[in-house]
Amino acid sequence: MAKTGVKTVKVPLAGNDAAAHAMKQVNPDVVAAYPITPQTELMQAFAQFVADGEVDTELITTESEHSAMSACVGAAAAGARTMTATSANGFALMWEVLYIAASLRLPITMAVVNRALSGPINIHCDHSDSMGARDAGWMQMYAENPQEAYDLWLIAIKAAENHDVLLPAMVMYDGFIISHTMEVVEILPDEAVKEYVGPYKPAYAMLLDEKPFTVGPLDFHDYYFEHKRQEIEGTEHAPAALAEAAAEYAKISGRHYGPLESYRADDADVVMVALGSTAGTARYVVDVLREQGKAAGLMKLRTFRPFPNAEVAGALGNAKCVVVCDRVASFGAFGSPTFMEVRSALYEVPERPLVINYVYGLGGRDTGPDLLEQAFAEGFRVAETGEIKQHVGYLGVR
Amino acid sequence: MQDKILEIRWHGRGGQGVKTAAMLFAEAAFEGGKFIQGFSDYGPERSGAPIQGFTRLSDGPITLHNFITRPDVVVVLDPTLLGNVAVTEGLKPGGKVVVNTAREPAELADTLGVDKEQVFAVDATKISLEVMGRDMPNSPMIGALVKVLGLVELPWVNKTFEKKFGAKSQKVVDANVAAIKRAYDEVRGTAA
Repeated sequence: MAKTGVKTVKVPLAGNDAAAHAMKQVNPDVVAAYPITPQTELMQAFAQFVADGEVDTELITTESEHSAMSACVGAAAAGARTMTATSANGFALMWEVLYIAASLRLPITMAVVNRALSGPINIHCDHSDSMGARDAGWMQMYAENPQEAYDLWLIAIKAAENHDVLLPAMVMYDGFIISHTMEVVEILPDEAVKEYVGPYKPAYAMLLDEKPFTVGPLDFHDYYFEHKRQEIEGTEHAPAALAEAAAEYAKISGRHYGPLESYRADDADVVMVALGSTAGTARYVVDVLREQGKAAGLMKLRTFRPFPNAEVAGALGNAKCVVVCDRVASFGAFGSPTFMEVRSALYEVPERPLVINYVYGLGGRDTGPDLLEQAFAEGFRVAETGEIKQHVGYLGVR
Repeated sequence: MQDKILEIRWHGRGGQGVKTAAMLFAEAAFEGGKFIQGFSDYGPERSGAPIQGFTRLSDGPITLHNFITRPDVVVVLDPTLLGNVAVTEGLKPGGKVVVNTAREPAELADTLGVDKEQVFAVDATKISLEVMGRDMPNSPMIGALVKVLGLVELPWVNKTFEKKFGAKSQKVVDANVAAIKRAYDEVRGTAA
């Protein structure tokens, strides 16, 4: 029983099973997917729910991810609540259709089980897949653990379907590290989830509306720009929609999900920024360093798109040094994506902190407390001396 | 500060149920009210290749998300790993090693690079063959670990097997429970 009075149940579940459970409880109209490690078990579990008649979803097993996302676009345009999931190269194969889903304002939701893009070929976790699509027009949220993989997908649906937003949303969780790791997950009752997401009311539905209309026609220099401007406006409405969806979710779950989460950061000299599972490891390290009397803190970034610029500036503005961890390389750029965003967010802070970047964990390279302590140690050196030796470092590379 | 976390690293070969053991032991601890993590290192998935599984137990939430490199306990499902894989690498001082072997624990101390008091042995392969009719050492090794650890209780383990496999086959549950109990009784250290 959650503190909210909703009768919940705690079960040991791997991230993929937790996400599959969310799908089952939502019982979407259409799911179109193609299997890829480490997403496979998620779709396998969901396919089992379909086979067992626990959901009445139309499950379309396509011949590729390009087709999977295309089928999602068709289904969503027709007026169906649509979900899918993928990883890495499958995600890359969806690429052109990701933009189309967003520009057609179709609130498809997708789990991205983060995995390194080839090559060299690798099945393990980094954020090179989803980070590459940060400008595709989708909302993006990173889950720290199986619990968040479950919770955030439900919140994403409600925010995506908000008629002021009408944008697709992806929820990321780290391949293997979360997808295949069993932890205790608190599951809401089916009825509570059904009531939370509510019956699907599409803003426009090709097959349901009485008035026929066209989806995806040519749009040249006459109107393309206006439609993109509207898409941007949808994105601008997303933070409020996410906050509203999260607030309603807190009422039934007791769990509060903002765009970011600060941990012992208010009086910290050095604050680490991390996404996904590493935020959990960083929280452990913060506790260790605090025991040693060091003013360390963490800012976990949950929502990457839309980027919570003002909140980030507010959360980090008092630090002396900010250490941004990125599980992705941005080739040829000055630092990786989170670093660039965070550094930009701090530009107008009166006494802005020094910001350094660590690229870590590529291709699943194990990143434990020792490595994060190294990054913190450099952060404290920068905070004390006021001198950055190297803006972008690499953690745990030989 | 976070609650103390007990870390168990499982070593075996692909096909011996290393991942399953790491998960089942975590689930059993969950039955007893512990916070848990169960996971494994996914390699090239070849049958017979050395693999590792991991279990974390605590009285509070566990937020670490990395491999276990400094285990409190190491469980070795396959004796042919000894001398080939550094199974005790990073083992905490005084940490325990539970090995599936017909040999005496004291004989293994040198190979493992630990004191003989740290070593516990059980012939899980023999138990598995005799009780379950096939070589599946993971279940008896769970029983041995329950005894050595003294933190997770047999009824929790039995309940986990009942929940997981009861719907499929009561025979499978009973055989596993019997193998677990036998290994629990037969595991031996040097101190006892």
